[in-house]
Amino acid sequence: MACNGAGGCQSGCYKDEEPTSDQPTASSETDSRSSSNLCIKCKLNDAISGYGGIDDGRFCADCFKSNLFGKFRFAVTSNAMISPTDKVLVAFSGGPSSRVALQFVHDMQERAHKNFEASRDRSLPVFGVGVVFIDETAVLPIPSHEMEEAVEVINLIVSSLSPPRKELHLVPIETVYSSDSTDGKERLIELMNAVSDPTGREDMLLCLRMLALQKVASEFGYNRIVLGSCISRIAAHVVSATVKGQGYSLPADIQYVDARWEIPVVLPLRDCFAQEINMFCWLDSLKTIKLSTGPSSSINSLVSSFVALLQEENPSRESTIVRTAGKLIPFHFNRIPEIVDGNVPLATRRRQKRYNLKSNESVSSESFCLLCNSPLDKSEIVDWSNHKNCKNSDTFYTSCCSSCQFQILPPDSTSMEKFYMHLPHSVVSRANQANNGNLKALREQIQDCLLSDGEEET
Amino acid sequence: MEGKRSKVRMCCLCNQSRASLNRPKTLQQICRDCFYLSFENEIHQLIIDNHLFTPGDRVAIGASGGKDSTVLAYVLSKLNRVHNYGLNLFLLSVDEGITGYRDDSLETVHRNQVQFGLPLKVVSYKDLYGWTMDEIVKLIGLKNNCTFCGVFRRQALDRGAAFLKADKLVTGHNADDIAETVLLNILRGDIARLSRCSSIITGEDGPIPRCKPFKYTYEKEIVMYAYFKRLDYFSTECIYSPNAYRGFAREFIKDLERIRPRAILDIIKSGENFRISTNTKMPEQGTCERCGYISSQKWCKACVLLDGLNRGLPKLGIGRSRPGIGCKEENESRGVKSIESKQCGSLDF
Ligand SMILES: [Zn+2]
Ligand SMILES: [Zn+2]
Ligand SMILES: [Zn+2]
Ligand SMILES: [Zn+2]
Ligand SMILES: [Zn+2]
Repeated sequence: MACNGAGGCQSGCYKDEEPTSDQPTASSETDSRSSSNLCIKCKLNDAISGYGGIDDGRFCADCFKSNLFGKFRFAVTSNAMISPTDKVLVAFSGGPSSRVALQFVHDMQERAHKNFEASRDRSLPVFGVGVVFIDETAVLPIPSHEMEEAVEVINLIVSSLSPPRKELHLVPIETVYSSDSTDGKERLIELMNAVSDPTGREDMLLCLRMLALQKVASEFGYNRIVLGSCISRIAAHVVSATVKGQGYSLPADIQYVDARWEIPVVLPLRDCFAQEINMFCWLDSLKTIKLSTGPSSSINSLVSSFVALLQEENPSRESTIVRTAGKLIPFHFNRIPEIVDGNVPLATRRRQKRYNLKSNESVSSESFCLLCNSPLDKSEIVDWSNHKNCKNSDTFYTSCCSSCQFQILPPDSTSMEKFYMHLPHSVVSRANQANNGNLKALREQIQDCLLSDGEEET
Repeated sequence: MEGKRSKVRMCCLCNQSRASLNRPKTLQQICRDCFYLSFENEIHQLIIDNHLFTPGDRVAIGASGGKDSTVLAYVLSKLNRVHNYGLNLFLLSVDEGITGYRDDSLETVHRNQVQFGLPLKVVSYKDLYGWTMDEIVKLIGLKNNCTFCGVFRRQALDRGAAFLKADKLVTGHNADDIAETVLLNILRGDIARLSRCSSIITGEDGPIPRCKPFKYTYEKEIVMYAYFKRLDYFSTECIYSPNAYRGFAREFIKDLERIRPRAILDIIKSGENFRISTNTKMPEQGTCERCGYISSQKWCKACVLLDGLNRGLPKLGIGRSRPGIGCKEENESRGVKSIESKQCGSLDF
């Protein structure tokens, strides 16, 4: 049907890409056409360029920065991400995105604090902020001197962001085991070694990272987790989730709010481009850390370079991708649960009502993958009547999404049993809960036929 | 591996013959006969599961002479014979009027007609529109010619199928094509097309439903099948589309396939599972005031293009049709790559 047949170039020649210039440049230095170069907002200063996206070259440095902060603040207020009574935990990796997220959260807190000091009755409390860094050296080949340096830098950054003071939690990834045993690190390594697919390993680590964040948040009384995911990151996630067959659950991951976890997760930088964020760090000399974790041959890294290439070819590509995926129907948990707290100002509650998803625009889902917590589609939900006397590990396997089954879980029953043994307690207990729920549902269906209340078995 | 004389590996399906190939889709080591069988059975199963045909159907096979449609014609006539589908099969070709490309590939289709014993109908741009692609290119140059090609071909196939009184039109779009389309629609923000591009039957509201029996069939396996069966197909590329041309998306899919063959099927699965709110509908379909073909506008795209050609204003109607691919026109100049691999609208089903 096509004009071109099979005989195309097989060599993957787009890989011979042009050298990329990463350094943002202030165009005012190089460009002489000064009249066309004025900032479109203040019409005073020279515009700068190099921050990519749709607005590249339109703003001066100051307007660019306030514009970026504006995007952040709009995301926060319109989705009721942070209320005055909240205690917010910023997940800080050291990278530019989470660095900017941390900066913006701090700026917001600082303003709130000033208002608090200035107000007479001091009625409006100021939200609390903490910072968490997850140390993944147990499972990633990060040189130890790099990690030591990183820890130093992180301590410095967080202590510089006060007042108000922020608590810093430096937590190893094996903390997900801390409540069940002392050999957490060994079990974690065993667990990760059982995953052979490179993409599966990365995604498994992502699951564990979220578990660790949730754990820290709930232990220290935080009620929000802030992630620095920017539009570029989300665009890449849209493509990689599509490639992994996760089209059903994909909308769950890319909204401003993800409240399927015990502690809701929010994405206030969802509308900011990676290049904008890099530019911001450069302009404000924000220090960031890049840990070397070795080369990656995963689908995730293939997708990232693909999306980066497309973005280079067309500066609105990433936002188009996210906009497309944004039209997929989100889930009921993609919003902050309605605020009933009387301490929260009426305006905040009203704003939340206005912007929040209406329930008829979302899908409710009761079944989740036991490993990655993604909502399961119909074909992935198992009929438990056929699985009565399975081993726990097999039951676990069948209750995971098909993507986890393929790329993370071991295919044979024996290795699966070992893998199951090495899972953190929190995952297993989630599995048991789900299981009991299923048993209960089954029991309810046959309740009228049962003669005694006593449980003869189990 | 080559150096050692290792033990003879047996086919992992029949365990009777020597394994002679790695099946691209599953990486199973199997023998040639088991490959043919798996290849054909998958297509048969798809036809049965999706009720693609009913006995007595007149089915037009869009035949370009290329590998996809040649293998499709061969396999479909074989399955029709073996499984008694009771179909009347026809080959339907479009003659765009491209010297040195279409005339040669049409000769292939003519040979297929004899080899497969299927009647052939050829519809030509010249007859339908009064213009050959050669004449169009002479007027408008090499830029944008694929816009004409794509719009005209789509309609030409429908008209040919109507002439044959066909109930269904089947095309050789394979799994790689469909995966690419899913990705392209995400990249371009075409949510309406995204919602239906992975369905196996399309155009049920149009004049003739189109089916894609190769929806889950890998391009590599089609090539393998054609190669082993020594099928007679034509592999030169359209002389009016840049040579050695592959778009970013296709390259990406090939890279993915190398890491994880199943990725192609996973992309299609995602496409099937996307939940798109019902208020993003396709524009309402009416009929063209000029030629009666389905159209959401007053005139169908072909008539708009034709009108431009006939008035000597060939730019009319180009580039306005879809947002987000404005870059394509620049990219079509030699050497620069665009994101899609097949320019002649054949992916745009
Ligand atoms: Zn300005
Ligand atoms: Zn999962
Ligand atoms: Zn065999
Ligand atoms: Zn062409
Ligand atoms: Zn018309």
